[in-house]
Amino acid sequence: MEEELKVIVFKLGSEEYGIEVEKVQTIERMMPITRVPKTFSFVKGVINLRGVVIPVIDLRGRFSLPETEYTDQTRIVIVAVGDMQVGFIVDAANDVIDIKSSAIDSPPEVVGGVKARYLRGVAKLENERLLIMLNLHEVLNKSEVVQLESVEG
Amino acid sequence: MDMNQYLSMFIDESNDHLQSLNENMLQLEGNPEDLGIVQVIFRSAHTLKGMAATMGFEDLASLTHKMENVLDLVRNEKLKMQDYIFDTLFKSLDALESMVQDITSGGEGKADVSAIVASLQAIESGEWTGGKAPAAAATTKPVESISSAVDLDEFQYSVLDQSIAEGHRVFYIDVLVSEDSQLKGVRAYMVFDLLERSGEVVKSFPTVQDIEQEKFERSFSLYYITTKEAQELEKSILSISEIESAKVIQLDQETLQQMTNQAAAAVEAETVAIATAVSQEVATAVKIEEKPAAKPAAPTKQAAAPSRTIRVDIERLDVLMNLFSELLIDRSRLEQLASETGNNDLSDTVAHLSRVSSDLQNIVLKLRMVPVDTVFNRFPRMIRDLAKTLDKKIDLVITGAETELDRTVIDEIGDPLVHLLRNAVDHGVESIAERVAAGKPEMGTVNLRAFHSGNHVFIEIEDDGKGIYREKLLQTAIKRGVVTEEQGAKMSDDEVNQLLFAPGFSTADKISDISGRGVGLDVVKSKITSLGGNVTIHSTPGKGTNFSVQLPLTLSIIAAMLVRVGSEKYAVPLSSIVETAIVQREQVRNIHGNKMITFRESLIPYLSLNEVFGVPDFNDEDESETEIVVIRKGDRLAAVSVEEFIGQSEIVLKSMGTYLPSIEGISGATILGDGQVALIVDPNAFIK
Repeated sequence: MEEELKVIVFKLGSEEYGIEVEKVQTIERMMPITRVPKTFSFVKGVINLRGVVIPVIDLRGRFSLPETEYTDQTRIVIVAVGDMQVGFIVDAANDVIDIKSSAIDSPPEVVGGVKARYLRGVAKLENERLLIMLNLHEVLNKSEVVQLESVEG
Repeated sequence: MDMNQYLSMFIDESNDHLQSLNENMLQLEGNPEDLGIVQVIFRSAHTLKGMAATMGFEDLASLTHKMENVLDLVRNEKLKMQDYIFDTLFKSLDALESMVQDITSGGEGKADVSAIVASLQAIESGEWTGGKAPAAAATTKPVESISSAVDLDEFQYSVLDQSIAEGHRVFYIDVLVSEDSQLKGVRAYMVFDLLERSGEVVKSFPTVQDIEQEKFERSFSLYYITTKEAQELEKSILSISEIESAKVIQLDQETLQQMTNQAAAAVEAETVAIATAVSQEVATAVKIEEKPAAKPAAPTKQAAAPSRTIRVDIERLDVLMNLFSELLIDRSRLEQLASETGNNDLSDTVAHLSRVSSDLQNIVLKLRMVPVDTVFNRFPRMIRDLAKTLDKKIDLVITGAETELDRTVIDEIGDPLVHLLRNAVDHGVESIAERVAAGKPEMGTVNLRAFHSGNHVFIEIEDDGKGIYREKLLQTAIKRGVVTEEQGAKMSDDEVNQLLFAPGFSTADKISDISGRGVGLDVVKSKITSLGGNVTIHSTPGKGTNFSVQLPLTLSIIAAMLVRVGSEKYAVPLSSIVETAIVQREQVRNIHGNKMITFRESLIPYLSLNEVFGVPDFNDEDESETEIVVIRKGDRLAAVSVEEFIGQSEIVLKSMGTYLPSIEGISGATILGDGQVALIVDPNAFIK
C-alpha cells in the first residue's frame, strides 16, 4: 500500500531536510530574537509570533554543525509536537513535495554521529536529490542534550 | 441516551449539594434539635438522589436513599440525632464525595458502600439503640391494610369531603402491579388513564411523576372521585394486564376522617414495605407542610439561593483574558505610534481608548476573581474531624471569606492552607489538659482570616496555642544540621521562625499520621512563593502563633519596571522593588567574595544583572556609576545593577511554552509596545 507524504523541504548548508506538513504550523522570515540566558546554547531565544511567545532553536547548533550568518533566505520553521511549539532556524525553506513512503530508506549507520539519532530515514528523490527525514521527537528531546552538555563540561 | 452533556452539570450540582450537606450537617451538630436544618439536608439528599438515579449512578442513588430514610425519621421526630448517627452520616457524605470524584475523573461512581449502608439501615430500623420496637425490617409483603395509609392536605381532604356530601363516590384504591412486570410505569399509567376517563384522581401515592418514573415498588394508591361503582372499578382495573390486584374501598365521610386521622397519628418507626416507605415519605412531606412549627427558615433560604449568577466555563474566561492581553499590547503600540506621529486627533483617540481599556481591564481581571470561600468551605469539616482524632476542642473562626482571589491562585492555595491549618491544630493548640493547666479555655481557637491590603491579599492562620519557642526550634534546627550554633545565635526571632520552612525540619517528637514528617512546610513555602507570594510567622511563646500568607491580587497582568542591560530589555515586577538608585563604583564592596553595598545603613548583597544573565554587551564593572534596583523578598533586600531604567509599565505575563525548561531568575516573558519580547525577572531567585 502506497502512502504519500506531503513534506516541507528546508536546507541546512547543502543538505536538504524534510518534515511532514502536518507538523509544521508556519514558516516565517527571520525576525528579532530575544536572547534567553542560562539555557542550551542552540536555543537562540524567543520570538513574538502574533502575540505568542515561541522559543527558537538553531538547527545547525542542535546538530552540532557550525553556525553561519543569517541571510535573507533564512527562515524560521514553526513546528508543533503535542502541545510544544518550537521554531527552527534554517538556511532556506521553499519547497513542498509529495513523496512516497516507499521511497524512504532507513537512516545510514553513521558511526558516533550526533545527527543519526535525529533521522527517521533518507528519501531518494529524482535528480539524485536526497531528503533527510527528521525525527521531531528526538530533535525536541531535551534529556539527551543535558547529558551531552555535561560531557562537554 | 447521551448523558454526557448533562454530566458536567450533574457534577457541578452534586458538588454544590454535597458542600451544602456538609455545611448543614456541621450546623446541625451544633443544634441537634433544629428540625429546619434537617429539612434542608433532607431536600439536598433527595435532589441528589433524583439526579443520581436519572444519570444511572445506582450506588450513589441507593446510598443517598438510605440517608434519606434516616433523615426522614429524624425530621418526623421519630429519631433523635446522636453522635453515632452524625458519624455515620458524615461517613456516608465522604463516600458520596469520593463517588462523585470518581465520576468527575471519568469513572462510574461505583463503590462498595455496603458497610455504611448496613449502618444506615441499622439506624433506620432502630437496631442501634436496641430499645426501639423490633424492626419488622423491609419486607416486600404488599400492603393489605390501609392502616398505615396516606395523608391528604386540608384542601384535598375538603374536596373529597365535599364530593361525598354531593353524592359522588370517593374511593381509596390500592393497586398492585404483578411482580414480573417489566413496565410498571406503563401499567400504572394505564390504570390512571382508565380512571381519569370516568372520574378524577385527587391524590396518588407516590406522586404521578414518581409513578411514571417507576419510583415505586409494586403498589401505588390513590384517592378517586367518581360516580362509578366499586366493583366496576375493580373489574376494569384488573382487566389491565400485569395488574395483580386492586383494592377499591369506598369512603364515606367518617372513614375518610378516620383514615386521615390515622395517618396523622404517630406511625411506627419501622417500615413494613418500601412502597409504604415511599408513600409515607410523601405523606410526611404533606404533614410537614401543615405543621407550622416545622416550617423552617429553610424554604426562604432555598428561595434566596437562585442568586443572579451564571456558570461560565473557565476556558472561556481564559480565552477572554488572552484576547484582552492582546488588546493591551496593541494599546501600548498605539500609544507609542501616536506619540511618534504627533497627530493630535490620533493622540486624543488613543487617550480615550486607553481610559476605556483600563476600565475594561479592571472588569476582566475581576472576572477571574473568586471568593476564597470556595477554598475555606471545606475547612470546618476538616477541622472537626481532626479535632476529634486528636481529642482536642477546636473552634475555627473564619473571617473575610468573601475576599476574592484570582482563580488560578485559588486552585493552588488550598493545599498549603490545609497544611498550615493542620499544623495549627496538631502542633499549635495544646491538648485539653495542657490548656487547662495553663489557665486557657478548654476550647482552642484557630482564626482563619482573609483580607485585602494594597495590591495583595493576606490569608492569616492564627491559633491561641503554645506558640513557638525559639530555643527549642533552634536546637532542632541545629540538630538536623539546618543551621550551625553560631548562625543561630545571630538570627532574629523572625529568621528563626522561618527555619520551620527548611526542608527536612520538624519539631514533632513523634511522626503522626497528620504531621511530623518534615516534608510539609517547605513545600508550603515553595508553593506560595511560586504563586508570587510569601509567608511570614509571628509568634508569642505560650500565647499563640500567626502564619501570614501574602498573595498577589492578579497573576497575569503586573506592574513592572522596565530596565535595559546592553541591548536587552528586562522587566522587574514592581511589587518586589523597594527603591531605585544610582551608585558609584566605589560604593560596591567586596566582602568575603560577595559583592555588597550599603543601603540605608545596612549591608545588602549586590548582583549585576549582566553577570547573572551573561549579557554580552554590557559590563557594570566598566562603568563609574551604575543604576541599581533594590528588590525585596520578605524582609531581605538585595541590589541588582542594570544599565538604564526605561520606565514603569503594565505588562502582560506571557508563557514561554512548554519546550524550554524553567530558568532560574526568569519567571516569564512579555511583549513590549514595540513588539519585542522582554524577559521578566524573578527577584526571588536573587535572594536566597
